[in-house]
Amino acid sequence: MSATSARQPVPGTTIFDGEQARKGYALNKMCYSFNDAANRKAFVADEDAYCTKFGLNAQQRAAIKHRNVLELIEAGGNAYYLAKFAGIFGLDMQDIGAQQTGLTKDQFKAKLLAARG
Amino acid sequence: MAKIVGAITTSHVPAIGGAIAKGLQQDPYWKPFFDGFPHVREWLAKVKPDVVVLVYNDHGLNFFLDKMPTFAVGACDSYSNADEGWGIPQTAPFKGDSELSWHLIEHLVKEDFDLTTCQEMVVDHAFTLPMALCWPDQKWPVRVVPVVVNTVQAPLPSAARCYKLGQALARAIESWPKDERVVVMGTGGLSHQLDGERAGFINKDFDETFMASMVDDPAWATKYSTTELVELSGTQGVELLNWMVARGALPEKVRKEHSNYHIPISNTATGLMVLEPV
Repeated sequence: MSATSARQPVPGTTIFDGEQARKGYALNKMCYSFNDAANRKAFVADEDAYCTKFGLNAQQRAAIKHRNVLELIEAGGNAYYLAKFAGIFGLDMQDIGAQQTGLTKDQFKAKLLAARG
Repeated sequence: MAKIVGAITTSHVPAIGGAIAKGLQQDPYWKPFFDGFPHVREWLAKVKPDVVVLVYNDHGLNFFLDKMPTFAVGACDSYSNADEGWGIPQTAPFKGDSELSWHLIEHLVKEDFDLTTCQEMVVDHAFTLPMALCWPDQKWPVRVVPVVVNTVQAPLPSAARCYKLGQALARAIESWPKDERVVVMGTGGLSHQLDGERAGFINKDFDETFMASMVDDPAWATKYSTTELVELSGTQGVELLNWMVARGALPEKVRKEHSNYHIPISNTATGLMVLEPV
């Protein structure tokens, strides 16, 4: 077992631990700032400048640019903070779920319903 | 002396706030969830609590990752909601009781729970929405004490530790000299996962077993590590740690006054329980 899989034993899942928290600090700090409507507006007005202000690294900037949740998690993003980023674009949790699982939103909703058994 | 009259445990996802704002309580999608609550409100009208001690996890409103307490207790005389980034309507502010908060803090620290104390605190959807489900007019008839558990950044406190916190919380509440009636609430869960390729994970079997254990075998979930709980219930399903605190605040023997379970709202399997001490 590699060091990574020992630390992250659940398939398809990145537990947000100290390593992720260190890696993602700038990204999550930027997302935390989106609690404030003025900051959401500033991000939309000049995304690059806003990312620079929070010191995002190249990987984080690319993930933000791609609006790609799996990339954002890989770059240290935490789900609760990424939800604030998604909110800027009016995306809900089912949009986010669909994107990460490679399903359409309707397919993702069907997957949730299937859990009823 | 104060008396714990029961516990309420419920899911808390932000989408509930959106549904309340749009008046969708009887919409077919939402109805099975919201229909769980009239009975809770009848129960509350009967037991007439003076105080709610509400155990939840903050999602990046009061706490950022710069300072992340494992357990925190509010010690304010009022608590407000604030914008969490989605612009859902904010609830009315809540009346606190800093004297009671400090009583609980003193007692819990004496029992070796090393808490963070908060004399300024905003409360997020995990606090406000369960309150709004219990009192939809948002004219809160209770004073509140928020108790925050870190379910966000591993290492998380173990289920066993959370259960023990609840037991200590009960002793703290029951040593409060005023004749007041207290409801303990625990919010979050049940099984759901927002992030990763496993997004959309729901585990009905686990949830049903967990809910049954809340009645008859309260320490059942303490056999699992928090990583195992993530595997069984999802990265956000682990919010059930808040339920463990609430359950710990009740005696071993309880009576199930009410429960509801529904899949899904948003990405979440929702659970609701009202438990009374026997």
